[in-house]
Amino acid sequence: MRIIVCLKPVPDPRHWSRLGLDPKTKTLIRQGIPNVINPLDKKALEAALQLREGEGGEVLTLSMAPTSALPVLREGLAMGADRSILLSDAAFAGSDALATSYILATAIKKIAHYDVILCGDQTLDGSTSLVSAQIAEFLDIPNLMHVSAIEVQKDGRFHVRSQIERGERVVGIKPPMVLSVAKEINEPRYITLMNILEAEKKERQIWTSADLSFNERWVGLKGSPSQMADLLIPEGKRKMEILEGDPSEMAETLADRLHRMGYC
Amino acid sequence: MAENEIVQSKVWVYAEQRQGRLADVGLELLGKTLELARPAGWKVASVLVGHSSVEFSERLLSFGPDEVLVADHPLLGSYCSQSYARVLESSVRKYEPEVFLLGATAMGSDLAARLAARLRTGLSAHCIGLELSSEKKLVALVPGWGGNVLARVTSPYTQPQMVTVMPGVFDLPKERKVFGRVIPLEVALKPEDVTYRVLEIKEEAIQEDALERAEVVTAGGWGVGSKADWQWVEDLASALKGAVGATRPPVDERWARDDQMIGQSGRTVHPRLYIGVGISGQMHHMVGIKGAELIVAINQDPQAPIFEQCDIGLVGDFREIIPHLIKVIQSYSG
Repeated sequence: MRIIVCLKPVPDPRHWSRLGLDPKTKTLIRQGIPNVINPLDKKALEAALQLREGEGGEVLTLSMAPTSALPVLREGLAMGADRSILLSDAAFAGSDALATSYILATAIKKIAHYDVILCGDQTLDGSTSLVSAQIAEFLDIPNLMHVSAIEVQKDGRFHVRSQIERGERVVGIKPPMVLSVAKEINEPRYITLMNILEAEKKERQIWTSADLSFNERWVGLKGSPSQMADLLIPEGKRKMEILEGDPSEMAETLADRLHRMGYC
Repeated sequence: MAENEIVQSKVWVYAEQRQGRLADVGLELLGKTLELARPAGWKVASVLVGHSSVEFSERLLSFGPDEVLVADHPLLGSYCSQSYARVLESSVRKYEPEVFLLGATAMGSDLAARLAARLRTGLSAHCIGLELSSEKKLVALVPGWGGNVLARVTSPYTQPQMVTVMPGVFDLPKERKVFGRVIPLEVALKPEDVTYRVLEIKEEAIQEDALERAEVVTAGGWGVGSKADWQWVEDLASALKGAVGATRPPVDERWARDDQMIGQSGRTVHPRLYIGVGISGQMHHMVGIKGAELIVAINQDPQAPIFEQCDIGLVGDFREIIPHLIKVIQSYSG
């Protein structure tokens, strides 16, 4: 079984308080914020490793990012992926979810033989949750989102649990397929120093646009129909009145206000 | 149903149905869209996909769309992203709507993503606000970076402009006089177009989206500290006849249920009164309560960011404040 896991490097959420907005360009200032692998993508990788443990085969990771993301992606190899492919080219810069999905799907077509493509349900930064379903569309294969459990049957079919509002569906589905995982699916394994050393020996490829065959009009900024008109950092325009007194005095003041405003 | 009628609506709103029930979000979006589209001179259609869903089309009509477009076929009996997207793609290509909106539910998000890829059109996902610009371009307010940033996103050069909207962002519309028409959509599907089989659906009893509709919401965070003390959050809600919400940690700790989570990856509420207990005020929660009329915060930590985003702040131990608060509230209503 060949399993492809899409990993996205995202700015470490522990440093998000340092995010700023460039007032002129209206773009996000993220300088100095280190990258990590998107947490749900690590769960997708964990699910892939468990599938390989059960079924045998190969796990490879696929990412699209500047080459500066290479050190972060080493973590995927240390977790146990067999090899990694990084798609990196100036032509890809500015891609929205649609263009990104198209580029990833183009690379997956080049990898050719695959059974399962795994993604995280959403990324921390953009959190559009579009990429897994759109990769599936470009490959014309089925997909399921919000996956909380994956079981391989004897006949090679999969039984996949997929969360819906206030419940779940159990779906019978045949590879090849794209699955995006929910946070409930697993806890990713820990990485030891030994794993990190082993990862150094694993194959790491970088593919540029020269390695892929795609329609130029569908990648990068010009291949991205979604445009960010504006970015705003939401400000609370609230009254911010802090009540005085001991707990019972504060409670009385609040109750009195709520009463006068008709809440009780 | 009228046969071979020309679809006139330029704005399509997906009416999600599942297990014999229309999702509220499809109606919320219909209400908001009617409001936006009328001044622009656009007609609005509800779009229904499924099997044997005649009674839904009647119900949809009562909320005032100009048209209800129905794709009905035995192979559409249960949701499959590929077959649903295929059917909608051919209808969109045929009738060329300018705008297509869906609810950002589990299925709506999935379907919208595939449909947008098939149509190679832009899709703004999980938005929490909608505007129509003077050039009739849809502007979606999309939270990102855990709600730390809001982006105004448009897709002005591709058609249709697609958006998914979080459930609960807009109010349910009132029923009105029926004047719309039901128009069938052509469905050309082969059994192999349905690419997976639903073996089982497990669903908790349906609650009528109590949180989204609540006039009063109390919510607890990590600072509540224990399952035992969580009771105070619930008791306060009962005293105010409100619903109970939570941030992520209480859900992870099982003090609260999954479906009580409010915020970017949970629900969006807009009560008249919100009281946050032991909530620090992280943006991914705050983005879900933006629409509250009055925000009250109770937290022991005077530095908690929620005090900069609330109307009334109480710095102190909620275990001492809430019992007294409930007593006084009850004295008013008693």
